Parts: sequence; C-alpha cells; structure tokens
Amino acid sequence: MAEEKIELEIVTPAKLLFSGVADMVVVPGGEGDFGVLTGHAPMLSTVRAGTIDIYEDDKITAQVFVEGGFAEVTDERCTVLVETAMMVADIDKAAAEKRLNDAKAAQSADSDHVDGLDSPEVTAAEAMVSAAD
Amino acid sequence: MANLKDLRIRITSVKSTRKITSAMKMVAASKLKRAQNAAEQGRPYAERMERMLGELTSSLSTMDGAPKLLSGSGADDTHLIVAITADRGLCGGFNGSIIREAKRRVLDLQAQGKKVKILCLGRKGRDGLNRDFPKDIIDTLEGLTKTGVEYEMVSDVAGNLVERFEAEEFDVCTIIYNRFVSAISQDVTIQQVIPFPVPEADEKDDASDKSQNAMYLMEPSEEEILDELLPRNLSVQLFRALLESNASEHGARMSAMDNATRNAGDMLDDLTMTYNRTRQAVITSELIEIISGAEAL
Repeated sequence: MAEEKIELEIVTPAKLLFSGVADMVVVPGGEGDFGVLTGHAPMLSTVRAGTIDIYEDDKITAQVFVEGGFAEVTDERCTVLVETAMMVADIDKAAAEKRLNDAKAAQSADSDHVDGLDSPEVTAAEAMVSAAD
Repeated sequence: MANLKDLRIRITSVKSTRKITSAMKMVAASKLKRAQNAAEQGRPYAERMERMLGELTSSLSTMDGAPKLLSGSGADDTHLIVAITADRGLCGGFNGSIIREAKRRVLDLQAQGKKVKILCLGRKGRDGLNRDFPKDIIDTLEGLTKTGVEYEMVSDVAGNLVERFEAEEFDVCTIIYNRFVSAISQDVTIQQVIPFPVPEADEKDDASDKSQNAMYLMEPSEEEILDELLPRNLSVQLFRALLESNASEHGARMSAMDNATRNAGDMLDDLTMTYNRTRQAVITSELIEIISGAEAL
C-alpha cells in the first residue's frame, strides 16, 4: 500500500466533479488504461470513454464514468479534463442502453460507415452501458 | 398647470412601469445567481485547460509543423471578430459597450487595410453592428443563453469556427465579451483565440518549471494531443466567455432595472405632490366661488 496519496481532480466544463486524494487511480487512456500512483512521471494523455477507478487500501472506493478528454499527470497530482463525467452509481442504465441503440441505428443508417469500425458515439455508449453493469 | 385627470393617468402609468421594472429586477437577480454560479463552476476547467496548453506549447512552440490553430495560417489579412452580446435589451450599457468596442476595432483594422468579418452571438450585437457594417457580418446566432449556456451548443459553434478557419475564411479570430466582475461592474474583454496566444516570456524566468515541462511524456504523440486539445480549448474559451457574458448580462440588467425602479419612485413622488397641490387649489377656488356667490345674494 502506498504511503503517500495522489491528488485527483476530475473536471468538466460545467463543474469540478471530483476532488480528493486516493492511493491509486486507473485512467482509461486513449492508448490503453494506465494506473497512476504518487511519484508518476509527468505525462499527458488523451482519455477515451470509460471508467476511472479510484483505489483506496487496494479496494475500489469510487468509480467515475468519463467521456472524451485529457489527463495530466505530475508526480503528486492527476488532473482529468473531460467533456462529460458522472459517478457510475448515477448512470441511468435504461438511458445508456437507449443511447447505445440510437447510436447503432444511426451507424447502420450511415452509408459511409465501414464495417467493423464503430462510430465514436457507439463506442462511448457501449462503454457507458458496461460501466452501468 | 396640468389638470387632475391627466395627472391621475400619468400616476397610474408610472406606477405600472415601476411594477414591471421591479419585477424584471427580481427576475434578473435570481437568474444572476444561477449564472454567476455556472460561471464560477466553469472556471476550474478553463483554468486547468489553459495551464495544460501553456505547458504543452512552451515545450513545443519552436517545433515546425505545429497545428495551424496554434501557429496561425501564416497570414494576417482577414480578421474575424466574435461579438458576444445579449438577445435582449434593457440592460444598461451592456450591449452598447460591446458594440462600441467592436466598431472601434473594426474601423481600426480596416484603417490598416485588413479585411474584417463579424460573427454576432446575440441579437443585439447584430442590430447594433448591422447599421455600420451590413456586409461584414457573416452570421448571427441567437438564443444561445436562453436556457442557460450549454456546452454542447457552444462546442458546435466552436467546431463551425474551426471549419471556417481551415477553409481559410479568416486568419485571426478575436472574441469580445463582457467579463463578469460584480453585479454592478462588467469589463469589456478582448481575447484572441485563433491562433492561440503562446504564453509570453514572463513565464520563462521560472527555469526549473520549464525544464520539467520538457519532460512530459505524451501519449499518443504531441501532435495528436495538440490536434485534439486545440479545438477543445477553443470551445472551452468560448464557453467561458458566454458564461461570463451571461452572468454580466443579468448583473447589468439588475442594476439598470434597480435604477429604473428608483427613478420611477422619485417621479411618482413628484407627480403625487403636484396632484395634491392641484387638487387643493381646485377645492379652494370652488370654495371661493361658493362664498362669493352666497355673499352676492
């Protein structure tokens, strides 16, 4: 268990959603998930749609669903800037599923669509549904 | 001297005007609270975004082939001015000061031989600028602040700006808006957003900070991050400007309506005084008539 904690801030254009400390944070980076502990090398990364897991005493204490943005990591701080963010507990599963269906319908209606490559909207909605589970 | 009936009519009309202005003041006050809250909540995002970009650009600006949103299109011929005003009037000098500033800038730039295009966010701005520069206004957007400022709507506007920039419709983009200071004071602010102004030399004296910046790991590459970050930064800056402007609008309207209510009250006092004097004068002259009539008999 880490002795020092990392400061985490999750910010959306509308508000500061989460601000606090954690032992470890796992962020869904654009190139794959990455975990952040205190003393991490400074890094900038894109963030894809997914859940941020906040660890305290080797257990996940909070999960936040985020969509589209950036993460900035310094040795004691992790700042996540995203367009939308909500606590996983607050996700309305029915709304998420509806969004997924709508996105899939829109995708199949789109004549330019390449098979096997989901539109960003579908990917985001899928991530939202799986986060709700 | 005005007769009694006229005075009564004026008194009723001033009374109802006062009622309207005080109701508008109340509405503006409650909207102001919400708008101010939204503006304050929006600040952390914009600030952190700026810091992140500042760090990125200070380690990058020397590199060639930086995205155009950062380095500019290389020319300085066509300027786009985004004037952010309200859709409605009755808010004191709020719209007027933006229009005045925009006009001054346009004339300035035109005097330097540059081409100027204007994008109005808010109906009042178009009304004011249309008189002098009817040909330069490329578009007007209304109703952005009707139900509070929504980020999605703003990012559409920003996307549109980026498209226009990439189509080389303009080289430099500046926004003019009212920055919220307090309910009774607003600052007209001019901010250049395209190309993104790179933080100036004054930040460079913090050498230790600078060396740390250069060590940032980028995932994926620097260019890809910038490509995503810059358009988003534009929406954020625009979003912030709109939030500030929205809060300012309600603040300006509140103080304008407060003044109007007070003025109506003063006017009402004057009118009531005149009314009572006239009424007394009429009674006196009637009495004199009756008495002198009785004496004559």
